Amino acid sequence: MDISNYLYLSAALFTIGAVGVVVRRNAIVVFMCVELMLNAANLAFVTFSRLNGNLDGQVASFFTMVVAACEVVIGLAIIVTIFRSRRSASVDDASLLKR
Amino acid sequence: MNANNAIVLLIALPLFSSAILLLSGRKSDKWGHLLATAVSATTFVIGVYEFFQMHSRPSTDRPLTQKLFEWISVGGFQVDASLLLDQLSICFVLLITGVGTLIHIYSIEYMSHDHNRRRFFAYLNLFIAAMLLLVLGDSYLNLYVGWEGVGLASYLLIGFWNQKPAYATAAKKAFVANRVGDVGLSLAIMIAFTQFGTVTFAGVKAGAPHASPAALTALGAMLLLAAAGKSAQFPLQSWLGDAMAGPTPVSALIHAATMVTAGVYLITRSNFVFDASPTAQAMVVTVGAITLLFGAIIGTAKDDIKKALAASTMSQIGYMILATGLGPIGYAFAILHLLTHGFFKAGMFLGAGSVMHGMDDEVNMRRYGGLAKAMPITAVTFSLGYLAILGVPPFAGFYSKDKIIETALNAGGAKGILLGGATLLGAAITAFYMTRVIVLTFTGAKRWDSKAHPHESPILMWLPMAILAIGSVASGFLLSSGSALVNWLQPIVNAGHHEHNEELLKPAVVSSLALGLVLVGVLTAVFKYRTVPVDAPTKVSIFTTAARKDLYQDSFNEAVLMHPGQKLTTGLVYTDEQVIDGTVRGVGSSLSIISTAMRKIQNGYVRSYALVMVLGVLALVTTIWLVTL
Amino acid sequence: MSIVTILGLIPLLGAVLVAVLPKANEKLTKQVALATSLVVALGSIWLAYKFNGSDGNFQFVESHQWIKNFNINYAVGIDGISLTLIVMTAILVPIVFLAGWNESEGGRWSVKTFYILLLTLETMMIGVFAATDVFLFYVIFEAMLIPVYFLIGGYGRGERAAAAMKFLMYSLFGGLLMLAAVIGVYIISTNQNGGTFDVTALSHLTIDKPTQNWLFLGFFIAFAIKAPLWPFHTWLPAAAKSATAGTSTLLLGVLDKIGTYGMIRFCMTLFPDATKTFTPIIIVLAVISILYGAFLAIGQKDINSLIAFTSISHFGFITLGIFAMTSQGISGASFYMVNHGFSTAALFLVAGWMIKRRDSSQISDFGGLQRVTPVMAWSFFLAGMSALALPGLSSFISEFLVLVGTFTKYPLAAILGTTGIVLAALYVLIVVQRTLHGETTPGNENLTDLTVREKVAIAPVIAILVILGFFPKPVLHVINPTTAVVMEHAGATDPIAKAGK
Repeated sequence: MDISNYLYLSAALFTIGAVGVVVRRNAIVVFMCVELMLNAANLAFVTFSRLNGNLDGQVASFFTMVVAACEVVIGLAIIVTIFRSRRSASVDDASLLKR
Repeated sequence: MNANNAIVLLIALPLFSSAILLLSGRKSDKWGHLLATAVSATTFVIGVYEFFQMHSRPSTDRPLTQKLFEWISVGGFQVDASLLLDQLSICFVLLITGVGTLIHIYSIEYMSHDHNRRRFFAYLNLFIAAMLLLVLGDSYLNLYVGWEGVGLASYLLIGFWNQKPAYATAAKKAFVANRVGDVGLSLAIMIAFTQFGTVTFAGVKAGAPHASPAALTALGAMLLLAAAGKSAQFPLQSWLGDAMAGPTPVSALIHAATMVTAGVYLITRSNFVFDASPTAQAMVVTVGAITLLFGAIIGTAKDDIKKALAASTMSQIGYMILATGLGPIGYAFAILHLLTHGFFKAGMFLGAGSVMHGMDDEVNMRRYGGLAKAMPITAVTFSLGYLAILGVPPFAGFYSKDKIIETALNAGGAKGILLGGATLLGAAITAFYMTRVIVLTFTGAKRWDSKAHPHESPILMWLPMAILAIGSVASGFLLSSGSALVNWLQPIVNAGHHEHNEELLKPAVVSSLALGLVLVGVLTAVFKYRTVPVDAPTKVSIFTTAARKDLYQDSFNEAVLMHPGQKLTTGLVYTDEQVIDGTVRGVGSSLSIISTAMRKIQNGYVRSYALVMVLGVLALVTTIWLVTL
Repeated sequence: MSIVTILGLIPLLGAVLVAVLPKANEKLTKQVALATSLVVALGSIWLAYKFNGSDGNFQFVESHQWIKNFNINYAVGIDGISLTLIVMTAILVPIVFLAGWNESEGGRWSVKTFYILLLTLETMMIGVFAATDVFLFYVIFEAMLIPVYFLIGGYGRGERAAAAMKFLMYSLFGGLLMLAAVIGVYIISTNQNGGTFDVTALSHLTIDKPTQNWLFLGFFIAFAIKAPLWPFHTWLPAAAKSATAGTSTLLLGVLDKIGTYGMIRFCMTLFPDATKTFTPIIIVLAVISILYGAFLAIGQKDINSLIAFTSISHFGFITLGIFAMTSQGISGASFYMVNHGFSTAALFLVAGWMIKRRDSSQISDFGGLQRVTPVMAWSFFLAGMSALALPGLSSFISEFLVLVGTFTKYPLAAILGTTGIVLAALYVLIVVQRTLHGETTPGNENLTDLTVREKVAIAPVIAILVILGFFPKPVLHVINPTTAVVMEHAGATDPIAKAGK
């Protein structure tokens, strides 16, 4: 199988994730979409690792996973706190940056 | 006392006395007027002493100088505070301190009901000091200090009762008109410095023969402008009538005898400039001739006794200015007329003050009439002054005014006829309006209402009037017997150097002609004012209306200077706020508009930030891709 | 340490002392501040006494390394012009303290802060006139904006915040241009003599004409805003309207002088060729300032902005004198700076008392004060006479010197400037008539006359104006040699060099 198909898949996943981040309001879904984008990147890393025949890409993808894990922890905590204080998980309601 | 060192006392004494009176406040109310009068009398004594000292010296040694200190010294511009007492300035010193002292004495009584009398005397002393500095300074810049000093004193005294807005305005007007003249004097000093590198009289005199005619003409014109401002000459004469707002002794001292004649002093002092520039001389005689007729015409229509006298002052100074434009001999006659005028006009003003004193400050002559009975002394002293101004022999004016008329007629050619004609016509009109004053005030039926109780003034008031009346009778004869004054002034004004034009008319003919015209004027007035309505008639000829309105000089000034000036000011204020500051504010507000627009992008929605981010990355990637392609 | 540095440090020490005093004891704060400023005033007189008047170069020179990499030094030294300005400043500050004894109350911040700001400002004012290092000058020049900003914005009246902001924006704009020029000069000096900010060393640089022009403009615009010259003036009336009387006095009396002082010290000394190039334009601007300021003063309705516009007119005279480039012009302009300091102080302080008593600065609210408060009225009148340059007061001498000096080179400009004296009579006498003369109008009947404290504050100012009017010699004697040095640097000569006989 042609290795470039993995890259097409990665690009497709990234795009779906990005569109999701932009169009969805629910913070959880936005969050999941962010994860999707991260995983798309991971897939690309691994693909390139395979393509180049060294392990650099795989190492990078491990880093990404660690970062993603941390992000999930903090992000979910924030979402929960916001949900507690405003009874809503919509990102549009948290537009305090405007002021 | 050394004659040389005493000169500064003339200025210092009244200056300190004035400062003491002003600074000590109400504490000196009781004795302030006495101190001021004593100081003024002391300066007169010093003046007399100086005169006799000077008289005893040979004519070449007569001028004295006293260098006080180095005043301004920057580069080539060196001016010392230095005083010069010569034959010309001693005349003025005696006039100023003499008449000044009489007027101080008069004012003690005249101002006795005013609870600010002390302040009045402080101003009078300040005036004496400034006026003496004016005539004693040895350079144009020293003169300038006195020049503005008398302007200040005049401002303060005209506005002495400045709680009345009209009086305060009159004071302001006088100061501003004087300042226009001061521009002339300032520029004259600058021209003198640029041309001669010095501003002393002696230095300019030494340099004048070598200077270019254009520079001398410019210098002369600027000096004439200065003189016109101070001496109420055309076109800057309009302030003098309003200046009558001041207390009457002020009008007598400042606006008749001394300050307003400073212009004549200035031109006489600068004789070397005018002698070297015929153009400047022509300007001088023109201004003099216009003003002497101008003043005389205005005088015929004034019902306010002080304004009538003020118009007469303007006209008489016109005579003097005209005389100063007639070359070396003219200066001496101008000074002669200045001195005699100082006596008779001050006397008449004090007479007018005496009448006002007796008539509850009424100034409208139409409400006088038949006052000779109630105030015999005032009537007599006033009449003596009247005869003097008319030029009836042997009163003072005969000696001085006839000389001017004669010199004008003999100026040669068409110029002589024009100037002589103007002076003769002026003499006739003078006779008319002065007779009018006498007739309206002292003769005829009484026109005052029952509330007024005219009475003769106390001795402190009539004594100065009497002394001045004696001066009006005798001064002319004394000063011109054996050409006393002409010879006395000869070293200063070069009067002996008299180029003889062909005499147009013999002196006797001139005198008879003048007297005849005066008689016509007198008779016309007597005939016209047999009966006088209490209220001024409103249906009058166009000429009377014009004369009542000061020949529209005020209207002209308002239309040409004041209103455009006000418009310009308003316009500039608007421009400053809207255009200049507006530009600045415009920069500020356009910045804030831009930032408001930019702020809209920051809408707080995470999703839109994400979108922008994605688009940004896309754009970046695309760019890189395109570039590397 | 030279006496100049010590003099400059005393107010700063006073500020520190004030800072540690208890906040509640306002009276003590004021007394300490006043005492400090009096010490400085006495010190400045000592300085003048020690100064060698016949030498036109820098004296009491001191230099310490500050920033080695750029060869920036703490370098001070004074010549005749800076000496007179420092003495004027040192005398004005205690007068301002005494005159505005209560104006620190009711501000946004405490009384203590007010005096800390003012004392710090005094240190900077002395420093700015003493600095001989261009960078040091620039730093102080900009740092002064901070205390003044807070003084206007925190203790003023009316739209004080806006006025303070306007002042700051204008000054920063000018300051930035100047910074660019300072850097430019430094770069040129790096190429020619190894990099220096010393003003004397910089004056020996050879700079080609186009560069000179740009650098000159950088400095000149900064100074023209500070001075202020038409059309950079609109911040001044706004600031004067809002600031307290004392702040206005220091702002117009001292800080604005930095502009005209800078024109002499930097523009003319560093860029003689560019100075010649721009002289005609600047003369025109100066004449416009004279007439424009006078006309606008006539049209003002607010006393403080009237005084501000008279100052614009007077700064026109000063600039005219400087750029006439004759010894009368420059000496006259330098002397004018001193006289204007005192004369504006008198105007602002007396106007401040009038405004405080009447609680309004509108001219139309006053009337007939002469009968109610004679001493205050007289003080205002004399201050006004000084503004219109009445002979016998010191401002006359300086104004006349400026005009004479200008006339010898630019007769037309001098003639136009001279007509300004008629306008001066108008703007002074109109306000005098409206406020002091006439019947006493309602609201003014119960105004109180000057207190002893206020009389003590105004008396020295008027005394100085009168004494210098008759004996300007001590000041002119100190200024003249410096003028000669400046003229030599700028390569200018007098058209009328020798006194005629």
